[in-house]
Amino acid sequence: MKYDTIIIGGGMCGLVTGINLLKQGQRVAIISQGQSALHFSSGSMGLLGYTNGTAIEADPLSAIATLPAEHPYSKVGLDNIKRYLPQVQPLFAEAGVTLNGDATTNHYRLTPLGLLKPAWLTMEGYATLPAADAKTWGKTLLVNLQGFLDFYPKYLAAGLEKLGATTVVRTITLDSLARLRQSPTEMRSTNIARTLDAAGPDSVAAQINAYVDETGAETVLMPAVAGLFDETPLKALIAKIKVPLRFVSTIPMSVGGMRAQMLLRNLFHTLGGSYLLGDTVTSAVVEGSRVKHIYTHNLGDTPVEADNFVLATGSFLSHGIEANPQGVFEPIMELDVTADNGRDKWCNPDIFAQQNFESYGVATDADLHPLRGGQPLTNLYAAGAVVGGCNALKEESGAGITLMTAFKVAEQILTSKS
Amino acid sequence: MVTNDTSLKKHYDVIVIGGGATGAGTARDCATRGLKTLLVERFDFTAGATGRNHGLLHSGARYAVTDHESATECIKENQILRRIARHCVEDTGGLFITLPEDDLDYQKTFIESCLRAGINAEAISPEEARHIEPAVNPDLIGAVKVPDGAVDPFRLTVANVVDARRHGADVLTYHEVIEFERTADRITGVKLRDTRTGAVTVEHADLMINAGGIWGAHIAELAGVKVNMFPAKGALLIFGHRVNNTVINRCRKPADADILVPGDTISLIGTTSSRIPYDQIDNMEVTPEEVDVLLREGIKITPALAYTRILRAYAGVRPLVAADNDPSGRSISRGIVCLDHAERDGLEGFITITGGKLMTYRLMAEWATDMAMKKLGRTGACTTAETPLPGSEVDQAYGKEEGGIMHSVHTIQYPVGQRAAEDRHGSLSADIRYEGHDDHAVVCECEQVTVGEINYAVDHLHVENLINLRRRTRMGMGTCQGELCACRAAGLLTNAGICAERSMRDLSSFINERWKGMCPVGWGETLVEGQFMSWLYEGVCGLDQIAHPADTIDGK
Repeated sequence: MKYDTIIIGGGMCGLVTGINLLKQGQRVAIISQGQSALHFSSGSMGLLGYTNGTAIEADPLSAIATLPAEHPYSKVGLDNIKRYLPQVQPLFAEAGVTLNGDATTNHYRLTPLGLLKPAWLTMEGYATLPAADAKTWGKTLLVNLQGFLDFYPKYLAAGLEKLGATTVVRTITLDSLARLRQSPTEMRSTNIARTLDAAGPDSVAAQINAYVDETGAETVLMPAVAGLFDETPLKALIAKIKVPLRFVSTIPMSVGGMRAQMLLRNLFHTLGGSYLLGDTVTSAVVEGSRVKHIYTHNLGDTPVEADNFVLATGSFLSHGIEANPQGVFEPIMELDVTADNGRDKWCNPDIFAQQNFESYGVATDADLHPLRGGQPLTNLYAAGAVVGGCNALKEESGAGITLMTAFKVAEQILTSKS
Repeated sequence: MVTNDTSLKKHYDVIVIGGGATGAGTARDCATRGLKTLLVERFDFTAGATGRNHGLLHSGARYAVTDHESATECIKENQILRRIARHCVEDTGGLFITLPEDDLDYQKTFIESCLRAGINAEAISPEEARHIEPAVNPDLIGAVKVPDGAVDPFRLTVANVVDARRHGADVLTYHEVIEFERTADRITGVKLRDTRTGAVTVEHADLMINAGGIWGAHIAELAGVKVNMFPAKGALLIFGHRVNNTVINRCRKPADADILVPGDTISLIGTTSSRIPYDQIDNMEVTPEEVDVLLREGIKITPALAYTRILRAYAGVRPLVAADNDPSGRSISRGIVCLDHAERDGLEGFITITGGKLMTYRLMAEWATDMAMKKLGRTGACTTAETPLPGSEVDQAYGKEEGGIMHSVHTIQYPVGQRAAEDRHGSLSADIRYEGHDDHAVVCECEQVTVGEINYAVDHLHVENLINLRRRTRMGMGTCQGELCACRAAGLLTNAGICAERSMRDLSSFINERWKGMCPVGWGETLVEGQFMSWLYEGVCGLDQIAHPADTIDGK
C-alpha cells in the first residue's frame, strides 16, 4: 500500500492536515485509534488565552511574537500564522462547522461552572461574551433537562450573578427522554442530543418559550445537547425561541466536539481520503534519516508506504507520548522527547499548579521534523499536541497550536514535493 | 442533613475525642451502656489512620509468631466482626505463601504459633493455593490457609457512629479540641473550634476519653500529661481493579509490602514502615522510594501487579506507644494501651485509649468504656461483641444470612446501583429512597453510586462535602478517581442547600485530593487520567480560578 502522505492520528490535527493535502491532489491515509481529544471539547478553541496566568483580551498575536524559540508557535513562525489564520474558519465552514470569533481579539466563553475563559473561535450556539461582563444578557433563564446531572444551574447562576446578570432556573422534559431516564446511565449528553435531534425543536421550544413568558427572561442558557451530527437541529431550536438561546458545554462527551470530529471526517472522505478507523500503528521502519514504511495492527505484515508521514498522535491523553516509571517515551518510533529525567519532576501535587508533564512531547527541529537520536527524520513531521515545548493547558493555546502546526506541516509537505 | 446543632447545652457523662474506629466504637459502647455521650472529631470520620490502612480483617496470623497476645486478640475480634459487622466484612480467606527466596522451615513455626493462638491455619499444596487464588505467584513453594478477610473501615466507623446516635449520643465533626476546661486537678470539659468557621464553643463532661490515635499525644499534651508516642508511617498502593480475591501474605517474619488485600473493586499492597518525627504526622506524602519497594515486593506476591494500573498511593500513621519506663521508645508495644491519668498523673477526668489496631478497635472501646463506667461509678456490661451494628441486623426484607454475608433477596430486579448500595450499607440501605427513575440515576459509574444513595448519605451520614461523601459511599474511589462524578455529586450537594461558592471550593479541593494520591504513581494510565482530569477541570471548567482551601490531613 502506497500513499503520498500517511497521517498517524485522526483527531482535529490529522484531519486538518489531511484535508489541506487532499485539496492539493495528494493521496492521503489517516490511521486513527478512535476517539480524539475533540470528544472532550469545550466548544471553543484558544489561540493564546493566557500569558503567565493573566488572561489576554486584545491582540494575542503580539503575545505570540514574544514566545521562546522552542515554542511550537515559534517553529511555525508569526508570518506563517498570520497567513494561516484566515484559512481556518473557511475550512471548518466547508466541513459544516461554524466557528465564530477572530484572532485579533479574544472573547470569553462561559464554562459549565459559570466561570469565564478566553477563546479565539467558538462553535455555533455556545454561550460567549465579548468582555467579562454578562449584563448584556439581562435576566437569564437557565433551563435543564429533568434528570440530567451534567449541567449545574446553581454554579452558572452564581457565576452569572457575579457578572451582572440575574438568573432563574427551570427544568423541562420530553416523553422521549423519559425512556432514557429509566436506565440509570443513559441521561448523558450524547444520548440526549440524539433524542432531541430526532424529536425536533417544537416541544422543547414550546416549554422554553412558556418559561420565557412566565419569567420575562431576556436570554436562555441550556446544556449543549443538540445537534449531534450537524448544526441544523440547534439552529432550528435557536430560531424557535423568542429570545436569544445559547448553549453551555457539559462535561464529556462533548456534543459540539463530536459533531466537529464527524463533520471534518466527512469532508476528509468527500475529498477522497482513506480513514483507517480503529487501527494502530505498531512499528515503523526507519532507514537513515527517512521513515520508509509503517506497520499497523489490522494490516499485519503488509507495509504501508508513503513519501511523507505526519505524527498527529496527541499528548498523553491520546497516547501520542507515554510514560512508565523509567521515563517518558514516544511509543511508535522511539523519537526523542522533551521531558525531565526522574519521575519526581513530572507532576506537582497541586493539580492546578504548573505541571511539567503537560509540556512534554516529541522533540523537533525548527521545521517540525521529529528528532531520533538527536537527528531529524526528514520525511516525518510532528503536529498538534504531540509536539513538546509548551504547556498548552496553561496557555489555553492547544487548538491554536494544533491548527497552526497542521497548516504548516501540510504546506511543508506540499513544498517538498514540488 | 444531619445537624451538628447542640444548642440546648447538655452536661455529658463523657466526651470522646477522635472520630476514627476507636473513637466511634467507644462512643457506641458508652452510649449503649447509658452514658450521655458526645463524640467530637476535628475533621471527618476516618480521616486519620482508620482510613489509611489495608482494610485487612486480620486473622491474627501475621502476629502469631512474634506477638502471641495480639494474635489472640485479632482472631477473637475477627470472629466478632464477622457477626456484628457483616455488611462491612468480606470473607475472602487468606493465604500465607512461601516463595523460593523464603525459608520453608518458617511455615512449621508459623502454623504451630497460629494454632496456639486459636487461629485455624492449614498447610495446603502450592497447586491448591494456585487453584484458590489464580493471581498468586505460580512459583510459590508452600502455602497456609488462614481465616483472613477484608473489612471496610469507612463503613465500620460510620455504623458505630449511627448506633451511638441511636442511643442518644451527640456527634460533632469538624470540631477540634483546642483547650481543656479544668479545675486544679480535674479536666471538666473541652474548648472546641469549628474547623470550618473558626467558631469556638465549650462542652462539659465528667470524663474526657482521648481516642485521638497518633494525634492523642497532642491531645494529652493539651491536658498537661505526656503520652510517649512514636509515629510509624506506612505507605500503600491501590491497584485499579481486583487483582486477587483472597488476601495474600508472605509466610515470613513481617516485613515491608508483604500483604495484598482485595477490597471492593480494587486491590491494595502494603505497607512500608518508617519512623517519622511527630511534627510530620499531618504530612503524608508517599516517596518514590516507598512506591518502588511496594511495587517490587508486590510483584513477587502477584506478578500481574507489574502490568496493572496503579490508581493511587497513600500513607497512614500507626500510633505506637512506648512503655512509661522507656522514654527512648525501644520497647514499643503494638498492643492496646488504656491509661487512667488520675492514677498515672494525678489528673482526674481524663483517660487515654491508644495503641492497638483497627482489628481491635472494639476491644479498645470496651476497655475504655469499662474504665469510664468504673470511674463514673456506673454499672452496665458491654454488649458490643454480641449486638450487630446498624446495617448488619438480620432483616428478611433486605437481606438474609448466608455464610455470614448479606445477599440481596431481590437481586434480579434491582438496578445495579441499588445492589451496590445494599452491599455498602447492608440493612441501612432500607433508608435509601428510590421514589422515581431520577433517584436510580447513576452519579459515579465506577462504583455505581446513585442519586438515591447520595441523598441518603447527605441526610443521614454527616455529609457536607465531597470527601465526606466519598468516604460514605465510595463515590470517586474507582478507576476515574472522581473525574466525571465529582461535578455531578457537587451539583447534587448544591441542591441539598450548600451554596455554590463553597461547593466550588469543595470541588476544587476534592479534585486536588484525588490528584495528590495519583501524583506519586504518575505514569502510564494514571498520568493519562491525570491529564484528562486537568483538561476537564482546568481546561473546560476553569476550576483553577477557584482557590482550594489550605491543605489538611482531611484533604489527602
